[in-house]
Amino acid sequence: MIQFENVGLRYGLGPEILRDLSFHIAPRSFQFLSGPSGAGKSSLLRLLFLTLKPTRGLITLFDHDTASLSADSLAVLRRRIGVVFQDFRLLDHLTTFDNVALPLRVLGREEDSYYEEVTELLNWVGLGEHTWSLPPVLSGGEKQRAAIARAVIARPQLLLADEPTGNVDPQLAQRLLRLFIELNKSGTSVVIATHDIALMDQYDARRLVLHDGYIHVYD
Amino acid sequence: MPAASSFMMATSMSMTSRLITALRKGWARVRGRPSRPGREMRGDVHIVPRDSIAANALAAVVAIMTFLAAVTSGGVAIVIGSANEWQSEVSREMTIQVRPTPGRDIEAEISKAQALARAAAGVVEVRAYSREESDRLLEPWLGSGLTLDDLPVPRMIAVRVARGAVVDTAALRQSLAQGVAGASLDDHRSGINRMRGMARAAIAGGLGVFGLVLAATVLSVTFATRGAMASNRPIVEVLHFVGAKEAYIASQFQRHFLGLGLRGGALGGIAAMLCLMLAGRVSGLLTGPSGDAEAAAALGRFSIGLMGYAVVAAEVALIAGITALTSRQVVVHTLRNIE
Repeated sequence: MIQFENVGLRYGLGPEILRDLSFHIAPRSFQFLSGPSGAGKSSLLRLLFLTLKPTRGLITLFDHDTASLSADSLAVLRRRIGVVFQDFRLLDHLTTFDNVALPLRVLGREEDSYYEEVTELLNWVGLGEHTWSLPPVLSGGEKQRAAIARAVIARPQLLLADEPTGNVDPQLAQRLLRLFIELNKSGTSVVIATHDIALMDQYDARRLVLHDGYIHVYD
Repeated sequence: MPAASSFMMATSMSMTSRLITALRKGWARVRGRPSRPGREMRGDVHIVPRDSIAANALAAVVAIMTFLAAVTSGGVAIVIGSANEWQSEVSREMTIQVRPTPGRDIEAEISKAQALARAAAGVVEVRAYSREESDRLLEPWLGSGLTLDDLPVPRMIAVRVARGAVVDTAALRQSLAQGVAGASLDDHRSGINRMRGMARAAIAGGLGVFGLVLAATVLSVTFATRGAMASNRPIVEVLHFVGAKEAYIASQFQRHFLGLGLRGGALGGIAAMLCLMLAGRVSGLLTGPSGDAEAAAALGRFSIGLMGYAVVAAEVALIAGITALTSRQVVVHTLRNIE
């Protein structure tokens, strides 16, 4: 599904922070992406999410060479990927419902066509009572679940999560992990960037470890 | 009584709210969608928030700058109108001067000069000043109460030309020289040329000021729009991350900012039009009906006319367009930065 071949990345004229990355992400797979702070986890996620272009190497996403795609084609490709940001990135002026429905709205769908879908998903992630609440009144865990719901509402083939348990207590972290595992079982490939060893120890999954700009894959 | 009145008020409010709920349900049925509990708790469902502080501040900047630009354009329209009025008024006047000549009856010479002037094509009115009127013309220089019978005071004939007509002054001058003793024609050419120069300078100055105000308006609206857009960067990013195409994101902001620009621009433009109309009314009241013609001749009419209002409307459209295009540019720039 995703193939990295000798991918390198540097910002401007600075040193190369990602070097010779070669790995693949298979459909329906589950993997943790870990490494010390500053190892380049977020940069690798941005490469996966097509908001950064590599300075060298080849990235193939859903059988497309990303270097040869136009901005609009990249946007279409991005719809097949869901992202959960560490800082949630919910829009404060929209309700939880409207935030979660945003990817469907962008696809040009009418509210009537996705109303049931969104409310069902909100109930599934335990936010049914907060359907019409605005993000500022939600707790950190609720915002995280809303962000996850937004990432999966359009049934993406790949889910990227950047430190999804960074702002929550261990109990909620465990619940969120179960949520990701459920999503994976339903057919979505999952990449969770984290440096939470305890979280990774809870589930036996493939590990991609970044160190000194190189990637080490532990299947 | 207070208890009864508060009960009636409460009943009336509850009836109103029931009516609103019934109407809402009816509308939902008409639209074929279910009434959703808690739906009324939803706030702004627009992707770009409607009433943010930045949006209101931008609308205020647009309104103020449109007002200033519209008032300037109105002022320039009045100056241009007045300058054209001065030119046409002065160029419609000519004067024939008849000097007394020994052995000639000046009244007969005046009659001949009047006849020649009337015969010229384009002349609509010829009026000879009487002896007393001619003497009075000298009073500012010689003082009153003097007997001027012994002095060779020239007599004046005022000639008025039809609007838009061109009189053959060379032919008239020649016929006067041949047929009337001591007559000369003054078509105020040097005065008109000076007046024309003044009018052109006033028009150029007015257009220059208008250009500067318009440039200042464009720049300030552009920067204010960029400022308002800065607070919307997270929205652009989120839309980008959920797979929205550049055209979709840009259109969301462009539509919103076009609305803001039109709202602010219309407010400023209407305020400017009202001010210009009020100023016209006040100037009309001050000059009064008797002085109207003189004031109009001296100062021009205090009205910007249909063309002036069209220019104000064009300014409103231009400024709204600038806000929309600037927002689009900022979206495109933000997306380029993200990538």
